[in-house]
Parts: sequence; C-alpha cells; structure tokens
Amino acid sequence: MSDTSDQLLPRYLLRLGDTSLVLSQRLSAWVGHAPALEEDLGLANITLDLLGQARLLLSYAGVSSSQSEDDLAYGRSASQFFNVTLAEQPNGDFAHTIARQYLLDAWRLSTYSLLTASNDNRLAEIAEKTLTEVRYHIRYSRNWLIRLGDGTNESHLRMQTALNNLWCFTNELLTVDATDQACVQAGFGADVEAVAVSWNQEVEQTLAQATLTRPETTPFSWYGKQGVHSEHLGHMLAQMQSVAQAHPGAQW
Amino acid sequence: MPDPKPPRKDWPLYEVFVRPRTGLEHRHVGSLHAADATQALEHARDLYTRRMEGVSIWVVASTAIRALDPDDADAFFDAAKDKVYRHPTFYEIPEEVKNL
Repeated sequence: MSDTSDQLLPRYLLRLGDTSLVLSQRLSAWVGHAPALEEDLGLANITLDLLGQARLLLSYAGVSSSQSEDDLAYGRSASQFFNVTLAEQPNGDFAHTIARQYLLDAWRLSTYSLLTASNDNRLAEIAEKTLTEVRYHIRYSRNWLIRLGDGTNESHLRMQTALNNLWCFTNELLTVDATDQACVQAGFGADVEAVAVSWNQEVEQTLAQATLTRPETTPFSWYGKQGVHSEHLGHMLAQMQSVAQAHPGAQW
Repeated sequence: MPDPKPPRKDWPLYEVFVRPRTGLEHRHVGSLHAADATQALEHARDLYTRRMEGVSIWVVASTAIRALDPDDADAFFDAAKDKVYRHPTFYEIPEEVKNL
C-alpha cells in the first residue's frame, strides 16, 4: 500500500465507514422478513445506527477530496470499497446473520474503544458516539449467539455451521497490514494487535457460554480492506447503487 | 446434546412499562413477545423507546397479571356510586386559598 500521508486518514476512514455501510445494507434486507416482529425492529434499529456511523465516517473521509457522503457511497465500484470482507457476506439464515454481526461487533467494540484515544479529534468524537451504539449491538448479537448455541439441537447445529462458514473471514480483522501500521504510527489508528487481544477474549468467553466450538483458523486471509473483495460485494453494490446511478443527483 | 423440552411454538407475552423522562411512575405502554425476560427488556428498548420516550423499563410476564373479569365490574364498583361523600366536595373553600 503506498498511501501518502494525506491519503492515509481518508483511506482509514473508508475502511471503517465502508464496513458500517455495507453491513447496514446487508442487515436492511431483513426488514420485513425477520423471524419475529420484535426482531424486525431490533435489526432495523441496528441497521440505522450503522448507517448513521457510515454517514459520519464517509462525510469526514470525503472532506479532503471534496466528495460528499453520497458521492462516496454511490459513486464507487467494488474495488474502491475498503470494508472488511466479513461485512459483505450474504445474510444466509438467521444464525449466519447473527454470527457475522457478533464477530464484527466484537471487532468494532475493541476498535472503537481504542479510537476514542485517537489523536484525530473528529475521529475520536465519532468513535465515542459509535461506541455507545456498538455496546448495544454486541449485547444483541452476543445474546442471540448464546441463545442459539445453547439452545436446541437444531439451533446449536445452525449456529455452529454459521461460525464454521464465516470463520475464514476473521483473519482479516486481526491481521495488521501496512496501512494499519502507518495509521497507528501517525497516532490516529487503532492498534490491530491490541484489537486482536480483546477480540479473542470476548469471543472465547462467549463461545464457551454458547457451548460452541471455536473453528480452526486457516492461514489464508481476505483483504477487503485493501479493495480485494469476495464475489458478493459487487452484486450487493449493484442493487444499493442502482437508483442513484439511474437518476444522478436526484433529490426528494 | 439432550433436548430437555420441545421448542415453544410462540414466545410468551410480556407487558411493558416505561418511565418517561418527565414522569415519576412507570406507565403501561404495550406488550410484546420474547423468549424470556432478558430478551423482553431488549425488545422493549427496540419497540417502545425508539424516540427517547423513556429512562427506565419494566417488563412483566403477562401471565403474572391477574385482571378483573369485566362481568364482575358491577360487583366491584357499583357500591361506590352512591357514596358521593367520599369526594371532598362538601368543604367550604376559603377565598384566600388559591390553586386548590
């Protein structure tokens, strides 16, 4: 990665903002389809929180290049998105959605906790606001993970299967790359190694409570945060961006 | 893993009480379904405090509430009808007393 220092902050903000945006778009597909009315609203609330976070982060990321949040959300192709690959994975069944949410919430919780001490004031402020929301999100996803894992045979099986299927995307969350390193050196980024420590603690504890087995970690890592995505992001963006691209600049 | 009891078809019903920002007492705001009380609290947060309505939530299993049978209403309340003296309306209120 060869970001010059003035591109570094926007790039970092896009990693965070795109992760929130893509996850929000994914979750929004549950609205009207959740297993119960109460869950429908629960997921919709999280969707809106994530969208709010994405708006703050994308707006800030666009300042230096004079791009609006909408330019960034609707005007970029998949390889220009820098979300972590886990966020773009399809909803699957409810267990897959919960596993994806929980693993990301644990990552977001540790990341934003560290970012409240960022030397970039605006980012620290956004982290502060985001953290209160993430604390609720992880409560929701953690409780469901435990409930399903420690539930019936069927729910246990589905929860374990979801974890097994999504585990290969967790490497990326905990693996430092050159951009992460440069951001920590510049003083505004979260130390990924510190994130990994608290992430592992959180996940170990919850999996034990949920009577679920931690899947084997494979050496392969995805690099959505560098713009190299799984096949799913392009399809999702095509849907998310279709209206904005058919009617550029439309107001309502 | 043994399955001690068969899964329930529907979640039980809970009644939700929210204490508004400006009030002292919890008020009944509605009901919802949840697997248990912990989840009922979260559902209540998601359903009934989306617009900053409250600062505190109680949830109670609906089955824990004993309600009066409407057919018994006469027996319960009619006896109070002819006892107007229970209302403090027989006192002369002095001129000087305002805002009573």
